[in-house]
Amino acid sequence: MKQKFDIITSTCVPLPLENVDTDQIIPARFLKATTKEEKFFGENLFRDWRYHADGTLNKEFVLNDPTYKGEILVAGKNFGSGSSREHAAWAIAGYGFRVVISSFFADIHKNNELNNFVLPVVVSEDFLAELFASIKTDPAMQVEVDVPNQTVTNKATGRSERFEINGYKKYCLMNALDDIDFLLENKGKIEAWEERNSSF
Amino acid sequence: MANTLFDKIWDRHVVQNVPDGPTQLYIDRLYCHEVTSPQAFAGMRARGLKCFRPDHIYCMPDHNTPTHDQDKPIEDPVSKTQVDTLSRNAADFGLAHFGMMHPKNGIIHVVGPERGLSLPGMTIVCGDSHTSTHGAMGAVAFGIGTSEVEMVMASQCILQQKPKSMRISVNGTLGKGVTAKDVALYIMSRMTTSGATGYFVEYAGPVVKSLMMEGRLTLCNLSIEMGARGGFIAPDEVTFEYIKGREYAPKGEEWEKALAYWKTLQSGEDAVFDKEVTFDAADIEPMVTYGTNPGMGMGISRCIPALDTVPVAGQASYRKSLDYMGFEPGQCLLGTPVDYVFCGSCTNGRIEDFRAFASIVKGRRKAADVICWLVPGSWMVAEQIKAEGLDKVFEEAGFELRQPGCSACLAMNDDKIPGGKLAVSTSNRNFEGRQGPGARTVLASPLVAAAAAVTGMITDPRTLL
Repeated sequence: MKQKFDIITSTCVPLPLENVDTDQIIPARFLKATTKEEKFFGENLFRDWRYHADGTLNKEFVLNDPTYKGEILVAGKNFGSGSSREHAAWAIAGYGFRVVISSFFADIHKNNELNNFVLPVVVSEDFLAELFASIKTDPAMQVEVDVPNQTVTNKATGRSERFEINGYKKYCLMNALDDIDFLLENKGKIEAWEERNSSF
Repeated sequence: MANTLFDKIWDRHVVQNVPDGPTQLYIDRLYCHEVTSPQAFAGMRARGLKCFRPDHIYCMPDHNTPTHDQDKPIEDPVSKTQVDTLSRNAADFGLAHFGMMHPKNGIIHVVGPERGLSLPGMTIVCGDSHTSTHGAMGAVAFGIGTSEVEMVMASQCILQQKPKSMRISVNGTLGKGVTAKDVALYIMSRMTTSGATGYFVEYAGPVVKSLMMEGRLTLCNLSIEMGARGGFIAPDEVTFEYIKGREYAPKGEEWEKALAYWKTLQSGEDAVFDKEVTFDAADIEPMVTYGTNPGMGMGISRCIPALDTVPVAGQASYRKSLDYMGFEPGQCLLGTPVDYVFCGSCTNGRIEDFRAFASIVKGRRKAADVICWLVPGSWMVAEQIKAEGLDKVFEEAGFELRQPGCSACLAMNDDKIPGGKLAVSTSNRNFEGRQGPGARTVLASPLVAAAAAVTGMITDPRTLL
């Protein structure tokens, strides 16, 4: 949902697995909805890791462990690979995460998060490893994500890193604007392009 | 100076470069299927918008379609609602729609090229990561999310960060029984599932040029499985020959004009890529996957890599993956019993794939314990299978041909692999639960799939050719 970003300070939920694909984030059988109810998708985030095949809760999975909560998901390298399903971003947003921190994101999923006002924060492998260690030591530790200054800080160790986001997208996030608002203002340019390329 | 083919096509479609932001790119073709479009149409309605260029948009259901009795209503009410919603949305917004049982229906990435809708030099998008398939036509094609589908509906444009360029060349000549699918699985095994993230890939070299269009479509289809934004092949005589005469392809004077333009669509000899990678066909044998991402593949005669060959940060994921599959490091998969075989999908659901499958099963019998689903990628493929008499070959060998759709690739219809069962599948993803909760998937070519179907175990197809 559209919401303005500024500084987010929160505890974290750690998922130290690599190559978490969008089929795990939201399995295909939950893609049959024709509406975008974030609550429904949020309830089914990581469905097959949260529940055993017989429908009982998998108490070992981190989302079912009351020790860990917060608005920040911290995941291993190459988060969101595979399918382009935006339902994965809806599920992450619907569950209540506003930020996902990883050392590497798959391209399409990264765009999908941004388009749903979930901020993907890319950090160095070192920073990520240290962050997982900090969370393990103290699940109540906090991370600060400062969007205006583009910094992410591990408040347990004080280590801070700058993260990349282009100026346009940062403006959109801080002002709760989306791309369609922008494109609709540019109809004239689109028609001019069509005019220039009418022979093809 | 734009001198890679990717630059030429991309630059031509730039409407504007947003200062300190993405590029606004014009899109020639938007494909919509039933799964990733309903929320985009709903968004359009909420904003009170009409599609900006409805004649650039083509819709068809494929993910939910059953592969039997398509002339009857879909039994699953939720699937039916999604398919019906696409039909209603297409009518409301004035878009072309090839519904279930329509002679032009099929998997969107099979139908686009075979109908001449996907052409060289185009920009093509769809809310589906396998949109990279259309790159085989010499187009810049990539998967997008639903918000981006809505952007294209509203403005025929998309905002994208320009990816870096990579050229992957495959030299030499493919050995017997080695197909485009094996080339792709081999490249992924070397590149890993994230090795091409941030890049757009041009496939080149003698092996790529030697592939027929079907094989090229298979190769480009799998670009996303190594993280690439998309992958394409510069158009050549094989491409032009394939397109000529197809339903939506230019005709007469328009054809000549288009052809003259398409012939300019080559990377310059001095083109500089951000990354160049070269592979040798001599290193590629029929491939199988052993894990739960498509990069976890190996030659069919090899053994699963030991845990200590994996970087420490990835070892937990690696162990989880092998545990899920029920395999051990060091294990060789030849002779492993197989429960299900699936031949189909946007990866391997084309005529050449069924010819390959038929070449193995002809004169043999399906193994009694194996359940096999043969699912053509479209009605056009299904018709061609019949025209070539392949349906008779399948029937005599104990196989049944089903109706077109995405089917067991992602199991959104009834074609689900039961939990714990092992499937050899010609599709594109072996993720946990991809083919049904608990299903275990081994990705392979149609030849390897056919060899498994007649022997009941993972078998080197070269021993049967």
